[in-house]
Amino acid sequence: MIERRPILDFISHLVLILGVAIVAFPVYVAFVASTQTPEQAAMAPISLVPGDQFFRNYAAVIISGASGNAAVPPVARMMWISLASALIIAIGKIAISMLSAFAIVYFRFAGRSFFFWMIFVTLMLPVEVRITPTYQVVSDFGMLNSYAGLTIPLIASATATFLFRQFFLTVPDELAEAARIDGAGPMRFFKDVLWPLSRTNIIALFVIMFIYGWNQYLWPLLVATEQDMYPIGIGIKTMITGGDAAIEWNMVMATLILAMLPPGLVVVVMQKWFVKGLVDSEK
Amino acid sequence: MEKRARFKSAWLPYALVAPQILVTLLFFFWPAAQALYQSVLLQDAFGASSQFVWFDNFKDLFNDPNYLESFKTTAMFSVMVAFFGLSLSLILAVFADRIVRGASVYKTFLIWPYAVSPVVVGVLWMFLMNPTLGVIAHALRGIGIEWNNLLNGRHAMILIVMAAIWKQISYNFLFFLAGLQAIPKSLIEAAAIDGAGPVRRFFTIVFPLLSPTTFFLLVINIVYAFFDTFAIIEATTHGGPGKETEILVYKVFQDGFRGGDLGSAAAQSVVLMAIVIALTVVQFKYVEKKVQYS
Repeated sequence: MIERRPILDFISHLVLILGVAIVAFPVYVAFVASTQTPEQAAMAPISLVPGDQFFRNYAAVIISGASGNAAVPPVARMMWISLASALIIAIGKIAISMLSAFAIVYFRFAGRSFFFWMIFVTLMLPVEVRITPTYQVVSDFGMLNSYAGLTIPLIASATATFLFRQFFLTVPDELAEAARIDGAGPMRFFKDVLWPLSRTNIIALFVIMFIYGWNQYLWPLLVATEQDMYPIGIGIKTMITGGDAAIEWNMVMATLILAMLPPGLVVVVMQKWFVKGLVDSEK
Repeated sequence: MEKRARFKSAWLPYALVAPQILVTLLFFFWPAAQALYQSVLLQDAFGASSQFVWFDNFKDLFNDPNYLESFKTTAMFSVMVAFFGLSLSLILAVFADRIVRGASVYKTFLIWPYAVSPVVVGVLWMFLMNPTLGVIAHALRGIGIEWNNLLNGRHAMILIVMAAIWKQISYNFLFFLAGLQAIPKSLIEAAAIDGAGPVRRFFTIVFPLLSPTTFFLLVINIVYAFFDTFAIIEATTHGGPGKETEILVYKVFQDGFRGGDLGSAAAQSVVLMAIVIALTVVQFKYVEKKVQYS
C-alpha cells in the first residue's frame, strides 16, 4: 500500500461488494426460485425469500426430470452425459496435444512444420463458422447421438498443442541426452520424464478444458437429437421452450443450479490451477 | 528455439501426430473446404442439383439488407460488450488491487461466473428481465421504465449485452488484476512522493502501462461477442424481436440449419472465417510484441 486513505479503502470494499452482488444476484434469485412451489416461482415479482420446497424440487428433477409438457430426461442422466463428454473432451485434448507436441519438439521428420501449421490453422476455424458441413461429416459417419459424435469433433486443440510445445522447449536438453545415453527410448522418456514434469500444466489445462467441454451448447444442439443423449444445456433449453405459462420455473431453476455446480466447484476448488490455465492458454 | 537432443525413428513421430491430424482433417479442413465449395454453388432446396455460380452468393449476401443489418447488430453488440465489460472489470480490478484484507475472497466470488455455461447465463437473465415475471423488470416498472424485451428491440439488445458481460467479467477481471500486479510498485511510489493522488496516478501511470492487457482483452472480447454468444441469444431473444438481436453467428445457424439455404450459409461462413483470421492475425502480432518486451 502506498498511503493510508481510510475513505478510499472504504470505497474499495464498497465497489467490490457491489461487484460481487452483481455477480451473485442472478444466481441467488435462481436458487430462491428453485426452492419454491411452481405457483410461487411464477409470481410477479417473485419473493426473494427461499421457500421450503428445496428437497422436493431437487429430488424431482434429479430422479424423474421436470414434469409438465416439456419432456426432458431426468437431470441425473443429462448431468452424466455432460460429465462424460466434458471428461472425454478434456482428457482427449490433453492426450492428443501432448503426443503431437512431443513429436514436433523431439523428432525431426518430413512434414514437421506442415503438421504444426495444420494444427495452428484450426484456431481460425471455430465450430460456429463451419456448422453445416461438419454436421454432414458427423452424420455420414453415423456418429449422431453418440458420445463419439459429441466429443471427437471438438477434441483437436491448437491451444493445448502450443502450450505443451512451449513447455517442452523449456525442458533442459540434458535430460533427453541422459535418457538416450541410459538407453531409454522416446516413449520411456515421455512417460518417465516429460509426464511428471508436465503435471501442473496438465492439471491447469484440464480445468480449462473441462469447463469448455461442460459448457458446449451449439455442437450438442446439432448432434444430440434424441432426448436420451441430451446434455444438461440442451435439456434446460428444452424446458423453457414451452411458452411462458407452461414453464415450471422452480424446476427449471433447480436444473440450472445443478448444471452450474460441477464446473463451479472445479473453478473454486482448483482456483490456483484455473488461473494458471487461463493465463497460459492465452499466451 | 530448437532442441539439440532428439530421438530418431522413422515411424514414431507420424504415429504421435496422427490422432490430432486425423481429427483436424476430418472435422476441420474437410468441412471448411466444403463451406468454401458450397459458397460458390447454388443448390435447390433438396440438395438434388447444384450449379456453379461463382461469387453470386456473396453478391446476394452483401446486397441483402438483412445481412448488412445483422453485421451492424453484431458490431454494435460486440462494441458494447467490449466497452462496458472492460470498464466494469477494470474498475473492480483496480479496487481489488488496492485492498489487502479480503482480496482473495472477492476474487473467488468474482471469477465464478466463468464456469457458468452461456445457455445458463441466458436463462438466468431471461428470468430476471422477463417482462411479466422478472424481478428487475418489475423494479424497473416501479421507477417508470416500461421494460419489455419481447417487443422493444433496444431492450432486447440491452438484455443480451448484460448477459454477455456478466459471463465475461471473471475473465477480464483476472487478466486486469494480473496486469495491475505486474506494474512496478516503485513507479507508483515515486509518483505518490511527487504528490500525485490516486486518480492522477491511475490516468498517467497505471492506465498507460496497462494498455497491452487492455488491447489483448479488447481482441478477446470482440472474438467472444462474435462467436461465443450463440447460446445466450438462443436462450434469451432468439434474435428477436424481429431481427433486432440477430448477430452473424446466429444468422448462419438460422439460415443454414433451420432455413436450409446452404449456399448463403456457406458464404456467410466464409465471411466469418475471414473475420476470425483477421482477428487471429491481430492477436498474434500483439503477442509477439509482448514476448519482445518482457
